[in-house]
Amino acid sequence: MTQGRKLLGHIALLVPPFGWLGVFYLGSLSVLLLSAFWQVDAMSGEIVRDWTLDNFRILFSDTTYSIIARRTTGIALLVTVTDIILAWPLAWVIARKVGPRLKLTLLVLVALPLWSSMLARIYAWRLILGHDGVLNWGLRLVGLPDQNVAFTNIALWIVFSYLWLPFMLMPMVAALERIPASLLDAAGDQGATPWQVFRTVVFPLAIPGMAAGSVFTFAVTQGDYVAPMLVGGAGSEFIGNVVYSNVGVSGNVPFAAAFSLVLLGMVAAYMLLARRFGAFDAQ
Amino acid sequence: MTDLSPTPAVRLHGLTKSYGRGATVLRGIDLEIAQGEFFTLLGPSGSGKTTTLRLIGGFELPDTGQIHLGEADVTTLPPYRRNVNTMFQDYALFPHMTLLDNVAYGMKVRGVARAERMERARAALDMVHLAAVADRKPTQLSGGQRQRVALARALVNKPALILLDEPLGALDLKLRREMQVELKRIQKQTGITFVYVTHDQEEALSMSDRIAVFSEGVIEQVGTPADLYERPASAFVARFIGSSSILHENGRDILLRPEDVRLEAPDYTPAPHERSMAGTIAEVSYLGPVTRVTLCGPDEQDGVTAIVPSRHARGWRERMAVVAVWPEEAAYPLPHRQG
Repeated sequence: MTQGRKLLGHIALLVPPFGWLGVFYLGSLSVLLLSAFWQVDAMSGEIVRDWTLDNFRILFSDTTYSIIARRTTGIALLVTVTDIILAWPLAWVIARKVGPRLKLTLLVLVALPLWSSMLARIYAWRLILGHDGVLNWGLRLVGLPDQNVAFTNIALWIVFSYLWLPFMLMPMVAALERIPASLLDAAGDQGATPWQVFRTVVFPLAIPGMAAGSVFTFAVTQGDYVAPMLVGGAGSEFIGNVVYSNVGVSGNVPFAAAFSLVLLGMVAAYMLLARRFGAFDAQ
Repeated sequence: MTDLSPTPAVRLHGLTKSYGRGATVLRGIDLEIAQGEFFTLLGPSGSGKTTTLRLIGGFELPDTGQIHLGEADVTTLPPYRRNVNTMFQDYALFPHMTLLDNVAYGMKVRGVARAERMERARAALDMVHLAAVADRKPTQLSGGQRQRVALARALVNKPALILLDEPLGALDLKLRREMQVELKRIQKQTGITFVYVTHDQEEALSMSDRIAVFSEGVIEQVGTPADLYERPASAFVARFIGSSSILHENGRDILLRPEDVRLEAPDYTPAPHERSMAGTIAEVSYLGPVTRVTLCGPDEQDGVTAIVPSRHARGWRERMAVVAVWPEEAAYPLPHRQG
């Protein structure tokens, strides 16, 4: 009797969150999944609910799309590697070299930009990289030739690296903080030079932190379409931009859904890989 | 004239060390540790024994003073350039490596060929009876097993010196006793000089060839376990090693060990070679084989503790009047403090 009522209580508690998840997340996801196999009538622009693989056939045969997919993945990868390199020294200092007060100050400084709008920060980079921007102004000052960085893939690489650096830094700080000081002592005690200590002990133990950070730098970069729109050039389209224009401009929702699904698959594959490297093992 | 005594394994001269805002940890440490000795640094926490060990290992640098290992002055050398290995308090095993790789680590970073280092690592694990689980990770082991891996890792490089920083602290009593015997056996077998840090005086007495007693950044006394127990240099050493009563007679401190004291009825007449003190029983603690009885003297200042076989102590109750009796030669006058 009481057992049964307890069970009913549990079910009552679980219904709202699962209902929410089911309707809003899984529901829209399954509509996405379904519509990827529909088509748009070329004449009327109406959605035709006939099962077809045509969307995917176009995606995998037209080289335009494979170039865009490779660009998206390539820049995401480059951003990840850049952020790992940029985050290392700072994460090491914050995690192990400063007192608690300076540590807090540095962490707040790292997080500070996140309190302003992402759009504002991307526009700021347009002012820096633009033809008459801060970069060229500085170059002219020291007598170097102008650089045309704005609206190129290089601009995209810089802006993405900037945007996601805090998200790489934080998990790396956490991972480095967790390494007991005695392990570093022990490695030195065994005869390892400081560089060997880094290579054989510190770096391997920081891999989960780097994997967790790469979920942002890699997966989120892959899904972005705002930065390519604002600082990218003619040849900087991401998968997200193709999806955006197919929904907003040409009204081809099924094709957009199909490309989204490909992106979803790529991100899911990456998440599984990151999990293997301990990205989600909070301890 | 040639000096026939071999060079000491470790020679510390005038070591001082302080941290941050004037927190002085070491106030001048001079010490020589002989080759092949099992030498213990004993003292309460904060007395400077662990800092001394860390200075010998090279994990910290002294403010002043020199450290010699054998002939070489290593005062400012980093740990990886000293022929010393350490067994850390928390074992400090690398969690991402197997036991075999943990033990082979030192040989790997110093470029010993793979076949040789694996063979030697396996032999070292065999020595601590863990060869069967060589391919496991440290997290899959019990505390006692991890501790033995740490020992194997310290031994495998055949260093001139092994430093042990309270290595048995985290083990339960039974395992502790077993490991004390095991450590002693391995030290004898290998002939490597051991420098052992502990705050457990019983452990220090049972394992060490010699002991240095630390208090507030200085060494109070260096000697064999018997030296320290029977001829302590100060009241601090007397109190820290074993239990003791200290009596004040004519301005001198007299040490009395409780096992030398027996209790008699108030009408007892001491023999000529005996000394005695009348008092009342303040406390009776039954400890199994023995019972500890604490006595209050007449002036309520001096107290005497007696440890007597329990079967002789059945009659004693608190607040009873008794006489504490001890042979004259059992009372040891402590040396006067200098300065």
